[in-house]
Amino acid sequence: MRKSVLALAAGLLLAGSVSAASAADKLKVGFIYLGPIGDLGWTYQHDLGRQALVKELGDKIETTYLENVPEGPDAERAIEQLVRAGNKLIFTTSFGYMDPTLKVAKKYPNVHFEHATGYKRDKNMSTYSSKWYQGRYIQGLIAAKMSKSGVLGYIGSFPIPEVVSGINATILAAQTINPTIKVKIIWANTWFDPGKEADAAKALIDQGADVIMQHTDSPAPMQIASERGKLAFGQDSEMIKFGPKTQLTSILDTWGPYYIERVKAELAGTWKSEDTWGGLDSHMFAMAPYTNMPDDVKKIAEDAQAAITAGKLHPFKCPVIGQDGKEIECKGGANLADGQILGMNFYVKGIDDKLPGK
Amino acid sequence: MELIEAIILAVLAASTPLLLAATGELVTERSGVLNLGVEGMMIVGAACGFGGAWLTGSIFIGALFGIVAGVLMSLVFALMALGLAVNQVATGLALTILGIGLSGLIGAGFVGERITPAVHLYIPGLTDMPLIGRVLFGEDAFVYFSIALIIGVWWFLYRTRAGLILRACGDNHVSAHALGYPVLRIRTFAVMFGGACAGLAGAYLPLAYTPFFIPGMTAGRGWIALALVVFSSWRPGRLVVGAYLFGAVTILQLHAQGWGVGIPSQFMSALPYLATVIVLVLLSRARTGGSTAPAALGTVFVPDR
Repeated sequence: MRKSVLALAAGLLLAGSVSAASAADKLKVGFIYLGPIGDLGWTYQHDLGRQALVKELGDKIETTYLENVPEGPDAERAIEQLVRAGNKLIFTTSFGYMDPTLKVAKKYPNVHFEHATGYKRDKNMSTYSSKWYQGRYIQGLIAAKMSKSGVLGYIGSFPIPEVVSGINATILAAQTINPTIKVKIIWANTWFDPGKEADAAKALIDQGADVIMQHTDSPAPMQIASERGKLAFGQDSEMIKFGPKTQLTSILDTWGPYYIERVKAELAGTWKSEDTWGGLDSHMFAMAPYTNMPDDVKKIAEDAQAAITAGKLHPFKCPVIGQDGKEIECKGGANLADGQILGMNFYVKGIDDKLPGK
Repeated sequence: MELIEAIILAVLAASTPLLLAATGELVTERSGVLNLGVEGMMIVGAACGFGGAWLTGSIFIGALFGIVAGVLMSLVFALMALGLAVNQVATGLALTILGIGLSGLIGAGFVGERITPAVHLYIPGLTDMPLIGRVLFGEDAFVYFSIALIIGVWWFLYRTRAGLILRACGDNHVSAHALGYPVLRIRTFAVMFGGACAGLAGAYLPLAYTPFFIPGMTAGRGWIALALVVFSSWRPGRLVVGAYLFGAVTILQLHAQGWGVGIPSQFMSALPYLATVIVLVLLSRARTGGSTAPAALGTVFVPDR
């Protein structure tokens, strides 16, 4: 009896997948999102990328997304669900999906996977990420120019290399304008908690910071800075709505072009497992309009953006001096090597704080 | 001096949603019902509260929307856990999951919109006093209301006959029933009060704390409120201590990081939980000792008719 039930179930499953395949002359593309698409930050920008994809290739593909998927074992189930629904190319859009994606990728060698911001790859699993530190460098220049108190406030999420390299790029840039600039760093130990991010912004401002920078996801710090008449940078997405007189610029994740390129490759049958780490030159992110600053500051920002895009300016140009005053070994020729930036676990000289865990 | 004032103001703002939600849950639990759905009721309160204020332009109406939304959510719980005698723990957890989903749906239309937050009291002269002026006379209405509410709850529980009956239901529903008290009706009211408070606490977030709505913005505050009720050993006075202590350590650890004291931030982030647990446990050991949980807490009651 049990056997026949199983057989029936298997038959149904098979029928399900067959019907999905026959109906799908269109390529099915799946997305796994960490937050709700309305988070106005990380997930929102990924979904804008998906929408751009649909706009461009909508007649050839069909997209599905699952939002609010927690990182960890649950993600594996969600990814497999997309596989079973017939998706042939699946984007998993958060660091914590790395191992679950790899596991599912090994199980389904005929499905292609794309994992954002991770470092584990396989024959059928690519990774993609952005050189956000380039944008942070530009922000550092602006911040140093605009700060009257000479104290910047920085709200970090977790002390991981991506965030640490952002802080270092910011301060290295700021030092070129004001060598004695100070940065106060508060770790929220969360990516998303509007209340806590707001409290951190208040604490930084109360301690004398007048330009707020954030590496957490909600617009709360922007909104507090606006309330207190200070300046701030947005994160991931356009946040000027929350501080029309406050936002200087914002690093905008623009995943659309990458998604379109990869899906086109999949359609053409030329998809290969790759490691993409794109910067301003490859349009993986953009800078929001430079606002609320005088023209000379705007010019500095635009020049830096052009120089970085052209490859003439590298935020981590050697020599980079660590907090202990010693020069960091320069493994990338004239600049720090990509691997050193991707694994950055030290503060540069000029930051009077201890990196947690160091 | 200004910094101290700023810190106290931030502490009060951070503590108020916890105090409001925990006050409601305390009354609910004192009647013998364990509603783990505080987080769910809060987030729906936040979505509806913001929606109400955004549509009408009135913070007061927004707060009312939040309260009504919390009550409606709590009625779902009451129907299941009291009416149909379903397991309270399971129902409460389900309510949270439902609330998180529902709030995203309700809020989808106004994500990214902003409103003018609740105004702060201003009395010329008094509010301008250094250090204590803005702390005592410059808060928004939610802060004053939350303090009035917990005093009212204390008075109700310990100084009124109705409060005594409510506590009786929580300690021994069979006896309360035998004495002729409508246990389920009383518990339903207690659950509704809890829902109203949670809804208001949720509404506080987008109406006064961070004046915009984003799905998931309660970020676990409902669970902290639940924990505060337990660690306060179900006493209003200790609940106030717990809520403000939690808020204070939360804010102070942020400032400590800004000052660069060099303690790992991960430990600092855990500190509010640690400090609150230790202090409240010490408080309850020192006075009475042992558990003071309502004896019938979380148990199903089906009256024999």
